Formats: sequence, C-alpha cells, structure tokens
Amino acid sequence: MRTRPRLYVSYSSEMALLPTWTQKIAALVFLGFLVILPFGVIPGLGFLADNDWLKLLSRVAIFAIGALGLHILSGLAGQVSLGQAFFVGIGAYTAAVLGGEVGKSTWGLGLPMWIWLPAAGIVAALVGALIAPTAVRVRGIYLAIVTLGLVFFGEWIFRSTPFITGGAQAGRKFPSFQFRFWKEEVPFLDFTTDGSWFGIDVTSEAKTYFLLLVFVVIAVIIAKNIQRTRTGRAFMAIRDRDIAAEVMGVAEAKHKLIAFALSSGFAGLTGAILGAFVGRLVPEGFSLFMSIQFVAILLIGGIGTVSGALLGSAFVILLPRIVQDFTGFLASVAESGSGFFSWFAGIFVSTGLDDPGIVSTLPGTSPGLNIGQFNLFLYGLLLIGFLIFEPLGLYGIWIRVRNYWKSWPFTY
Amino acid sequence: MMLDVLVFAQAGGQEAVDKFANATSSGIALGAIYALLALGLVLIYKATQVLNFAHGALAALGAFFAAYLATVLNFPGRYVTFLPTTVQWILSALVAVLITAVVGLVLERLAIRPMIGEPLFSVVMITIALDIVIRTVTDDLIGTNPRPLGDPWGADVINIGPAVIAKSEIATVVVTIIALVGLALFFRSRYGVAMRATAFDQEAAMAQGISAGRIFALAWAIGAGLAATAGIFSSLFPRSSIGVSNTTAFFAFRALPAIVIGGLDSITGAVVGGFIVGLAESYAGAYLTGATFSFLGLGFAGVMPYLVMLVVLLVRPYGLFGTEEIRRV
Repeated sequence: MRTRPRLYVSYSSEMALLPTWTQKIAALVFLGFLVILPFGVIPGLGFLADNDWLKLLSRVAIFAIGALGLHILSGLAGQVSLGQAFFVGIGAYTAAVLGGEVGKSTWGLGLPMWIWLPAAGIVAALVGALIAPTAVRVRGIYLAIVTLGLVFFGEWIFRSTPFITGGAQAGRKFPSFQFRFWKEEVPFLDFTTDGSWFGIDVTSEAKTYFLLLVFVVIAVIIAKNIQRTRTGRAFMAIRDRDIAAEVMGVAEAKHKLIAFALSSGFAGLTGAILGAFVGRLVPEGFSLFMSIQFVAILLIGGIGTVSGALLGSAFVILLPRIVQDFTGFLASVAESGSGFFSWFAGIFVSTGLDDPGIVSTLPGTSPGLNIGQFNLFLYGLLLIGFLIFEPLGLYGIWIRVRNYWKSWPFTY
Repeated sequence: MMLDVLVFAQAGGQEAVDKFANATSSGIALGAIYALLALGLVLIYKATQVLNFAHGALAALGAFFAAYLATVLNFPGRYVTFLPTTVQWILSALVAVLITAVVGLVLERLAIRPMIGEPLFSVVMITIALDIVIRTVTDDLIGTNPRPLGDPWGADVINIGPAVIAKSEIATVVVTIIALVGLALFFRSRYGVAMRATAFDQEAAMAQGISAGRIFALAWAIGAGLAATAGIFSSLFPRSSIGVSNTTAFFAFRALPAIVIGGLDSITGAVVGGFIVGLAESYAGAYLTGATFSFLGLGFAGVMPYLVMLVVLLVRPYGLFGTEEIRRV
C-alpha cells in the first residue's frame, strides 16, 4: 500500500533526491517533454522547436547553471553575493585561452573541449577560493559591497588584458561546441553543424540544446546532492544562524570558502558555455547587470530551492521575448481592430511619432519607452512585486497551488 | 605619505607643484560629491538599515530635473527675472532637489516600508530593482542626447596659488559644507533627535512616542535630496562636459567604497571616506598614468576606490568609524 505523502519511514527515503512516486513520475515526464521538445511534435507548443526559441531555451539552460552556483552560495550558505559575473568572466576567458584559436592579438591554445570546459570551472573555483578569505571576514551588507567591487575590478581587468579578452568593445572568439579527442581535423562530435542522429535530422540549434540539457541535468544533480551531504547541511546551518553553527562545531570559515569555490566553479562553467554558445563576447558583458540577473533569477524563482533556480532562469530569460511578442501583438491590435480592447491597446503602445503610449514600437525618439527599456522597466517592477508580495518566488506560488489541491475540496 | 608627495613635488620643480595642487583640488571637489552621496546613503542606512543601491539613479533623476527646470521650463527663473541668473539657477536646482526628495518619500512608502524585517538579500535586491526602474525612466526622460544643466559657471576657472580650480568645483565644496552644517543642525532639532533615537534603538524610540515610519520617510527624503544635489554637481563641468546622461547614475557606485571605508553607520565616516576616495581617485588619475603605468590599463582611477576599500576592510572589517557588530548567541 502507498503511504501518505511526506510520511517518511526511513532517513534514506527522506533524503532521497525524489522522495515520492509522484515526484519521480513528474520529473521523468518533464524530462521527456524537454527531450522531445525540439522535434516540434508537442501539440500547441510546436513553436518552441523554432530555432530562435531553441536558442532562448539554451540560454535558459546556461543561466540555470550559473544560478545553481549562486543557489549554493546564497540559497544554502546564505552569503549575499553580487560578484557572480566576475567568476563567469574568469571561466569564459579561461575557456577562451585554453580552447580558442590564436587570434591576431589574442592568446589561444586550441585545446579540446574536455580540457577547456572543466578547466574553466576549476580556475574560477580556485579564484573564488582565493578571494573567499577576504569575503569571509566581512558579513552581510559589507559582503554585498565587496562582491560588487569584485565586478568592477573584473571589468577593469578584462578591459586591460586585450591579449586575453580581445579588448574593450572588440571582444574575441570563443571555442565552439566540438568534441575532439585531441587536435584532429574532424571532430568526434560536432554540435555546430546540422546533421542526423540515429537517423533523425537534427539542426545545430537542437544539438546545442541537447548538449546544454545534459549539462543542466548534471548541474541539477550535483546541486541537489550537495544539499544532502554533510557540507550542504553545514552551509544551511551557517545560513540559519552562523554563531549557533560554530558552537555546534561547523567550521564557519572553511565552509564559506567551500561555498564560494563551488559557486564560482559553477559560474566559471557558465562562462565557458556561454562563450561557446554565443561565439563572441565583449569584456563589458560581465557587468553588474549580469550579477543582478543571477540574483534576480534566484529571488524570482524562490531562494533556497533548486526548482526555484530553474523556474527563475526560465522566467528571467524568456521574459524579454514574451514582452516583445506581446507588445507586437498589442500594436497590431491597436492598429487594425476597433472596440474597447483596441482602444486599451492603443493607450499602452505608441506606434507613431505623436501617438502617446507606455511602449513604443518605433525605435528612436517616439514617445514612450522603447522595447528594451520597457523590458528593463518591467523586470525591475516584477522584482519589486515578487519581493513584496511573494518573497518565496515562483516556487512559493507553486507550493500554494499544490497545497490547495492537495487538500481540495477542503481549505486546509 | 602626504609629506613624501610634497617633497617629491618640490624636487620636481614648479610643474610638479602645479600637478600636485591641481590633483589635490580636483580630488577635494570630487571627494565633496562622494561625501554628499555617502551622507545620503549613511543617513538612509542608519535610520532604516537599508543600503540604497538606487542612490545613483536618484542622483541622475535629480540632475535631470535640474536640467529640465533650468533649461526647458526656466522655472522658477521666469517668475523672478529680477534676480541674477546665478540665483535663478540655484533656485531651479533647489526645486529639483525638493522634487527628488518627494520621489524618495514616495519610494520609501511604496517599496521600502513593506520590506521592513525581511532578510538582507531581499532588501538589497529591492533597492537594486528600484535602481533599474528609476534608471530606465530617467534614461528615457533624458533622451538620446545628454542634457546640459545650463549652470551659470560653465567651464570658468580661477587660479588659487598654483591650482587651477573650476568655479563649479568651489560651488560643490561650498554646498557640501552647507549640507554638512545643515545636517549637524538638523540632528540637534526635534526630528533629528528622534532620528538618532530611532537609529539607536527602534523599539525604545517607538516606546517614547516617536513615529518610526515618519522617521524612515524623512530619512529617505533627505537622502534622496542629497543624492540629487550630488547628481547635479556630478553633471557639471569638470566631472562631465556634456551634462546629465545615461552614465550619470553609475557615478554613485564609486561612493559605495566611501561609506564602507568610513563605516556604514557613521556620518563622520561618510565625509572622511568620501574625501579619501575622491583624493585617491584624483591622485591615481594624475600620477598612475603614462608609459610607466601602462600595465595598469584603462580606467584604473575608477577602480582605485574599491582598492582602497579592500585595504581598509582587511585592517578594519567595519570601516574606520563604523561600530563593530557585536555577535551574541
């Protein structure tokens, strides 16, 4: 007989990655959904198989890895960090130097992917461990400012080392997703060209998507498992009450250092993957805004949970696209249709020079914010809204919905 | 260290003296702006335990208001045409500061008040989100081109001894001194005492009949006003030749090291930190350039504040004047 949910009869079943059958099945179904998604066979969601949507979903996967790193540092160990972009940069440029080709003025060793990808994580983790002793000395808001300083420091370093980064506003090429054993001519696995796998045609975008899906699944398993180890419990003890943790024998400085190193390692991997995915990055990209994005992912998704980090990345990365599509839709409604809805849409969008509205579809000086600005504006407002009304984020909303149906038709 | 530099300066002859004097004077003017920003940040932090990352955005917003009032609307100048233009401009700037203060008041009421008692990470993030929102709106208001502020000083300079000083720099220092004196007087007033009491112990203050909410609002209003003042002066001649633009808001991020150096909860620390950062940046800009220091790359002066901050934090984790956090079990 199946037991009640949340009734655990053994410690190992409570600590299991997916404790209940429902969760196991849900995880499998969701994974299956993600796997068949690029083939465009899901009714109603076929558009997700378009190349630009696949690229967006790949970007979600990339940011999810970095967000999982920050989840370890901020969600588990409770350390405020605005410095994630710095470590993403370190990882990206490690990968670029080790895996990239020699440019006109940039270094590159052209090593295969199985070297540059782990190396990016390891180097970033080492840098994180190097900085941790300073960061461990300060607490709370001081730590936020120190890590913020790290980002500005990183930007300056990246700008000042053109032989590594290609210099300000120029950038450099990154290695691509091609798996070679050594420097042979034809790669063993090539994710950058269209081809066929087991007789099914796969575009390069779909290939990259699958590769990143594998990376994210590995990252999720690692992040989930860290939570279940002695180290993970030490992190959470430090987060909940650092002094109590110390009294209980948790070595505070050591575990903060481990948290910093792990989080930076994830960030470094993100950087390497992002570089390979985009192909060309400028040093200005590793800015405070990128750090803020990682923090926003955690806070919107729900801090302290792995699912929150995933939900948050999907939300934050897909938001601009959704806003853009929606604004375009409103503009078409405002121009073509009539009636109340069209009038409402007309207030919202501005389609011409003397048409007032909140968002303008024309670039330049027409009234209202342009799409990019409106995205930022909405992003900020959403963050504020989530923080004030739903501090547990999307995960919190899900928990409430779940609890409602769990006890339905009773209220509790 | 000062003495060393002076000796070095004398050895280098008149040219070196000029260079040192100019670096010092512009460092003091820069430090005055940082001190204004830091004062606002510390005031808000002391009263509400919130570090306002939206300070730069408020500064840019204030500078935009000043530019709009002075150059487009000519308010209140057009009603008081009998006054000299300098006074008219100062009136416009004052109105801009007041409007920004009201904006600060509204922000506190809408976004900060509901966050009282929330974890630090959330509070930090909400001010960052505010920064994004205000900055986007300000950028859109400013438009694609930077807006000059129409200040009466322009690029005028005067020579004091070996130093060439812009008139607006003198105005900056004067205004900073006025703000400092004003704050010192304010802290002796009824509301100032109430604010100090709230900062010291919120519950005890409330038990004495002080409305903590009103104090929070007041702190945000004054802080935003100070931010606007700093924003206006950071958009004038020696800092920016083009007026307020979409990069003005980022200026305030260099004031964060200033408050950390001084200690987050110390008004004295804010001023001292501001001037330390200003001078450090100015000296770095003047001396750490050229072929000898080309390995430092571009924009080293900009990261100098953070470098000083790291050194101070390694020695004193709570800043020079900050109160050490006592951790109780």
